[in-house]
Parts: sequence; C-alpha cells; structure tokens
Amino acid sequence: MSLLEIKNLHVEIADEGKKILNGLNLTIEKGQVAAIMGPNGSGKSTLAYVLAGKPNYKITEGDILLDGESILELNPNERAAKGVFLAFQYPVEVPGVATMTFLRTALNAQRKLRGEAEVSTPDFIKLVRTRSGELGVSQDMLRRSVNVGFSGGEKKRNEILQMAILQPRLAVLDETDSGLDIDALKIVSEGVNRLRSPERSMIVITHYQRLLDYIVPDVVHVMAKGRVVRSGGKELALELEAKGYAQYTDTDEAA
Amino acid sequence: MVQVTPIKTPAEQALHDVYDGARGTLPGKGAMASLREDAFKRFDTQGLPHRRVEEWKYTDLRTLMREALPLAAPPDAEAKANARDSGAVFAALNPRKLTFIDGAFVAELSDLTPEPGLSIGSMAAALTQGDAGVTAKLGKTFETDDIAVALNTALMGDGAVIRVAAGTALKRPLHLVFVTGNEASSFTRSLIVVEKGAQAVIAESHEGIAAQVNTALELIVGDDAQVDYFKVVAARGVHIGSLLMSAGRNARFDTFVLNHDVGVVRNQSFVRFAGERTKGAMRGVNLLRGEEHVDNTLLIEHAAAHCDGREQFKAVLDGESHSVFQGKIVVKPGAQKTDSKMMTRALLLSDNAEADNKPELEIFADDVVCGHGATAGALDPTLKFYLMSRGIDEQQAEALLIQAFIGETVEEIAHEGFRGAIMNAALAWLESRG
Repeated sequence: MSLLEIKNLHVEIADEGKKILNGLNLTIEKGQVAAIMGPNGSGKSTLAYVLAGKPNYKITEGDILLDGESILELNPNERAAKGVFLAFQYPVEVPGVATMTFLRTALNAQRKLRGEAEVSTPDFIKLVRTRSGELGVSQDMLRRSVNVGFSGGEKKRNEILQMAILQPRLAVLDETDSGLDIDALKIVSEGVNRLRSPERSMIVITHYQRLLDYIVPDVVHVMAKGRVVRSGGKELALELEAKGYAQYTDTDEAA
Repeated sequence: MVQVTPIKTPAEQALHDVYDGARGTLPGKGAMASLREDAFKRFDTQGLPHRRVEEWKYTDLRTLMREALPLAAPPDAEAKANARDSGAVFAALNPRKLTFIDGAFVAELSDLTPEPGLSIGSMAAALTQGDAGVTAKLGKTFETDDIAVALNTALMGDGAVIRVAAGTALKRPLHLVFVTGNEASSFTRSLIVVEKGAQAVIAESHEGIAAQVNTALELIVGDDAQVDYFKVVAARGVHIGSLLMSAGRNARFDTFVLNHDVGVVRNQSFVRFAGERTKGAMRGVNLLRGEEHVDNTLLIEHAAAHCDGREQFKAVLDGESHSVFQGKIVVKPGAQKTDSKMMTRALLLSDNAEADNKPELEIFADDVVCGHGATAGALDPTLKFYLMSRGIDEQQAEALLIQAFIGETVEEIAHEGFRGAIMNAALAWLESRG
C-alpha cells in the first residue's frame, strides 16, 4: 500500500470560495522522495497546508489517504501524531515559548496520542543535543523563544531540527530553500538527507532545481492550476530549469 | 433657591448608616476624628463613584455594588482557625506573615519575632494611642480627592503600620495576608515607611469568602531605598484597593499585581516620583472568566527629573469578563529627562468579554521620552496552527500561547522567588480552565 494517496482533491479558500486545487491526484510510496515543482500560484503551498490540516481551507471533493485511511477529519495534531510533518515556508515566531519546551511538549503530545510513554528528561536532552549539533543549532537558540530573533536560515534549520526530533513518516518541505544562502542550503539539505530512510517519505516543494542538486528526488511532479500535470524522474527538474514553466501556463508573460 | 438632595442608592444609604453607627467607636480622636468626618462628608455629598465620574467610567460602583454590607465583627476562634493556612500563594518564600481577618490584625497568626531595623504595629493601636508618627503622615503620602480613598479614610479600622529603618535590608519578605471570613465589609489602612537606603520586599494577598473590602496602603519609599511590592487578589465580592505611594531620590521600586478568581476588583495606584533619578516599574496581570471584573487604574506623577517609569498590564479574558486599564502619566514642569513608558494588552478568548484600555499622557516638561501603547485581540490562529501541526492539541496550544502572553510580563519581575510564585499561580489558573 502506498503511504499517501491523494484522490481528485478539490480545495477552495473557505471564506473567499476561491478554488486553489482542482482535481489533484498524487501518490507517494513508502520511502520515496518526491519533488513538487511548479509556477507561482499553482497550489503547491496550499497542498502542503491541506496535508497538515490548516483551517480556512474547504475540501469540496476528493480524499487524502494515509496508509489507506482518510485523514480529512483529523485535526492537525492528530495528523502529526500519525507522522505528518510540515516544514513551513515561513516558520512563525512564538514569543514566550522556549524552543526546548516547545520541542518537548510536541514530542510528548505525539507520543501520548500514539499511546507511547513520555520521553524521559535525560533521553530528551541527549536527543536534542545530538540533533541540534548536527544542524548547527546552538544551545542559545534552544533557550530562546521559538524562532524569535532567529535569522531566516536559523528558522529553517529549526524546522529541520523539529523534523529530526519528531521523526515523521511523511515530511512536507515547503520551499525550504527560499531565503537560504548556499552555505545554509547545504546544512539544511544535509540535515534532510540524514533523515532519508525506507520508512520515511518526503514531499519537497520548490521553485528551483538548485535544491534538488542537494536533495536528489526519486520522482518529480509538476503542478499547474491546482493539479499534477506531469510526472517523471529527476531529469524532469533539469528540463524545467532549462525550459521554464511556460508550457504549463496560459499567460503570455511567462512564455 | 431649591435645595437639591440627591437620592441615595441603597448601598450609599447603608454606608451612611454604617458610618453613623460606627463613628463613636472607630479608633482615633481629635484630629483623626475630624479627618474621618471630612472624608465622610465628601463621600456623603458625592456618593459612590459612577460612570459619569471619568476616573470610574468603566467601573460604575453604583451599579456593581448594589448593597453595602455591615461592618465586620472582630474575628472569632473559628475564623482564626480557618485562616491558619492562608497566604499559601507565597508560602514557598517563607515570608514573615502578618494576618488580618475581616480587616482586623490578628497577632497570634502573625510572626512578630523581632528583627533589627523593623517595627510592626497595628493601625488600630496607632490611631487609638494617637501615635503622632503615624497620624502626621496619614493621608499625606499622595493626596487625592478620590471617593474610594475618602471612604477608606472615613471608616478605616485597622491595618499594618510598618517601619523599615534607614539602611536596613529586611532578611525576609513581609506578607500581609488579608482573609475574609464573613460576608461583611472591612476598611483597612496600612502605612509602610521604607526609610533612606533601606530594602524591603512586601507582599499582600487577599482571599476568603465574598465580602466587601476597601483597603488602602500608603507606601513611602525613601531616598536610595529599594522596594519590591506584590499583590494578589483572589477573592469574590467587591475589592477596592488603593495604593498611595511616594518615592524619594535615587530609589528603586518594582510592583506587580495579579488578579484571578475574583468578583469586582478595582486596584488604583497613585504614585509619585518625588525625587530625582528613581526607577520604578508597575506591572500586572488579570486572569478573568465568568462575569469577573477587574479595573487597574494608575496615576503616575513624575514630579522630579531623571526618573524612569515602566508600566505593563495584561489581561486574559474569557466568558463575559471585563478588564479595565486606565493609566495616566503626568509629567510635572521641571521633571525633565523623564523616561516613562506604558503598555497594556488584552487577550480575548471569548466574543463576550470586554477590555477597555485608556492610556493618557499629560506632559508639562519639554525634554522627556514618554510613550504608551494598547492592544486587544484574540489568539493568533497562525500560531495555534503552527503548534498543533507539531502534535500539540488545541487546548494545550492555547494554554501555551496564553502562558507566553502572561509570561512576557511575569518574566519582568526582578525578584526571582516571587516571579516563580506568581507564575505558578497563573499556571494553576490556566490548568483550572480545563
């Protein structure tokens, strides 16, 4: 069974009625790293949010199956406990909540929902030390409020740190490369690559082929106008880089 | 000419009768008796403050106080036994407890072991004996024509009289524990003088059954003195607390008030920076639900140059609760280089809660930095989604965000022990939200 199956998904913004996803079909196999590329406004970020369960989106048709079971009725935290993780394009600042407290609360909340025991303090500290060391996240950052005063690169590293600690089965990386310089991109990509495993699937959303030099995908899907319009191997990314997205859009300016 | 006699509300009439019945037995004679008399006349003419009195616009006592309860009788053995473990909120700090039940000082529930440089007495005793050191100061710390203060002056029965002698650093915090054991009214007046170069940590807590409490504290902070002052109100009924404070030169003060699980509360602070180069902070947090009502009103007067003032008040409101913040900063002529900042924020958890924020500046000096800000809003759904997307359930996500909102202010408390105790009290409230 595939890990994730998205069937004929139609989504609109709840208050505005604006249609974003328009009959999207996508299957992600266990252990697969899938890149999703596409022009601005093709619905890539909406797909990421809808997978994580963000409110304000209305699903008018279709289904999202994780291990063959629909997750549409699940709250974001229940999806997280089932192994869905979204690395935000713009990680939010949470003033007053220390990063360590946040990580621990999140990990234990997930474990509790799965019926597992809470992680002990020494084990937790050891886990955070190891993972933060690998990502170059300093002790000072861990003591500070979540993302408050972090640079763009630090915020992205903090996202990957959360992923490394929460160990999801399906990680959705929403434009993790945006706003990163080449050194930060390397650190983040190495962090992601360390987490690749036969038990973990990833959806890597990006505009640019550059990220895929570091995180080499198994498959590439192209999104346009709210659905997947083409799928192929990693060479598809190179083709897009060379030809652009013009063939997938109607507008003249992109041609 | 037609004589206009305003019709008294039942509460006003009852207070009139209370004063009439008690005037003969209230402590103090001569000058003190006429001080009471004058104060009472002011109340009797103007009545309870109501919405057309600007300073009381959002806390209309005529409406909120339908009746006035009779004066509390002296506490009996049962009331004393019940009050034995009160003041738990600060117990971890091992403070010197001074207990008041229904407004009366209870020596046997108070720690009166001597400490060099510290003198403690009861206001009732000081007034009865006509202690000139007390009567000369009473009502002079910050003169105001506020009616709630006038009512306190008219009916004050007991309270604490504390002096921390020049240069003394108190070894333990002082904790004035006010407990109500009867559905009655009490009027307490305390006078605390922290002399030149002295250091004191002073706490005040209010708990017990629903009663009517009108309490006033005159706090005199001497030159070079340092005072940390904490107040917790966690009692139903009506609580009107007035802080009348004056700080000398090069002094430091740090105050904090926490209100939770209350009925109607009005905390009004009248604070004067009377000497140069003094730094003072006043902060507070209201945790409200149901139909609770809390009003924190400040009048900060900068009468001397080179002083720094910081005020930050926050409210978390659920249900149909009502939070009021009024803060007025007055910079007197000559108070140059004043640096005064005031911030108030309300977090609304319910559509039916109400927050009123009214910051004001009145500046009569030309070389000052003054500012104020006010916000009111709901929990940020983006933050909530971020936390939930990591596995934290909705209730816990909200609790974390509320905790962060409160924490921003509580973390500013300079005294580590009290910072912890107040945060614990706030966390207990959060847990009780369920």
